[in-house]
Amino acid sequence: MSKKEWPLWEVFIRGQHGLNHRHVGSLHAPDAEMAINHARDVYTRRKEGVSIWVVPSAQITASAPSEKGALFDPAESKVYRHPTFYDIPDEVGHM
Amino acid sequence: MYAQMITSEKSSDDPELLAAFQARIDRGERIEPKEWMPEGYRKTLIRQIGQHAHSEIVGQLPEGNWITRAPTLERKQILLAKVQDEAGHGLYLYSACETLGISRDELFDRLHSGAMKYSSIFNYPTLTWADMGAVGWLVDGAAIMNQVPLQRTSYGPYARAMVRICKEESFHQRQGYTIMMKMAQGTPEQKAMAQDALNRFWYPSLMMFGPSDKDSVHSAQNMAWKIKINTNDELRQRFVNETVPQARYLGLEVPDENLTWNEDKQGWDFSEPDWSEFFAVLKGDGPCNEERLGARRKAWDDGEWFRDGLTAYAEKQAARRKAHAAE
Repeated sequence: MSKKEWPLWEVFIRGQHGLNHRHVGSLHAPDAEMAINHARDVYTRRKEGVSIWVVPSAQITASAPSEKGALFDPAESKVYRHPTFYDIPDEVGHM
Repeated sequence: MYAQMITSEKSSDDPELLAAFQARIDRGERIEPKEWMPEGYRKTLIRQIGQHAHSEIVGQLPEGNWITRAPTLERKQILLAKVQDEAGHGLYLYSACETLGISRDELFDRLHSGAMKYSSIFNYPTLTWADMGAVGWLVDGAAIMNQVPLQRTSYGPYARAMVRICKEESFHQRQGYTIMMKMAQGTPEQKAMAQDALNRFWYPSLMMFGPSDKDSVHSAQNMAWKIKINTNDELRQRFVNETVPQARYLGLEVPDENLTWNEDKQGWDFSEPDWSEFFAVLKGDGPCNEERLGARRKAWDDGEWFRDGLTAYAEKQAARRKAHAAE
């Protein structure tokens, strides 16, 4: 068997013009160009995209699940960041 | 099913952590790759997703057999697209499996050495063009039965792979059924071929769901972990209920003289497949085990120079870019 496994790439697809690229999955490929080719075959067989990004998985830095509380809990108490926090009288009309 | 007889691994983890983990699953939360999980959950999933992936890949072989002999150009294109889908499904699943800490090459190794299994169904031969119809209709139909509930499985990457697969799988079943329709409505010889294909694939398709698991400890653990959603018997019954009317529409006879409508359960009573045959096929004594595994090993070995060549080229290009940047 081959000594070297092809590196892993994360694949992002823009579904339609005007939308963000979205993570759709990952695949193995020897280099970026082949990763794009493989992504075309694996993730867009039914016209799912108009643009592809590939990123070496090893290059992605992720937040640790254990830090979830420290990172995201502070937003919980800040309800005033949402428009629904504010009562605007009906007479004012749509705002 | 595509993953049959998955025994669950025991976990020797801290009971408190285990209870918290189970509570997350009970609340319907998805477990993601880097989160804590019991060792048994991880190992069982590697076995299940790996077997599922292997089944998709090996499953290309019985159909690939007919690509060059499809009766029309359109049928050839359709079959090619379906087989390509199976390759894609295998890749989605290998990716999901890799998030559990095993490499794809290692999974291939375990398939090729026989340490890991693939579904028993792919060890049966595809003798006539009508078999392409029966495989799409029955085998993919049975697979869908199992995969639809798995979209709600507790492991995030597996559930997401299932969503993608289910979206594509329905084409597979429908194209198979239209082949059966064409054959069943054709000449008497063609109809006889369709009947013969149904006769040969009926019981192997029922076996896909695995033996009755009502007494199985593993099944209970896997269901608690939500990596198995329905019992084998539930899914098999659902499959028979759905398939019998479809066979009647074709004017074909389900090869089971005990098939009778049961008013009480609002479902069909049917004969069990021959489980000794199932276990023999799983053990390696099916009609095509050697051929299938041989073809996989050969494809992997013959492709080695090519994989290595692409790696060498990528390394050379990377080195060249580095030298260029340093100038």
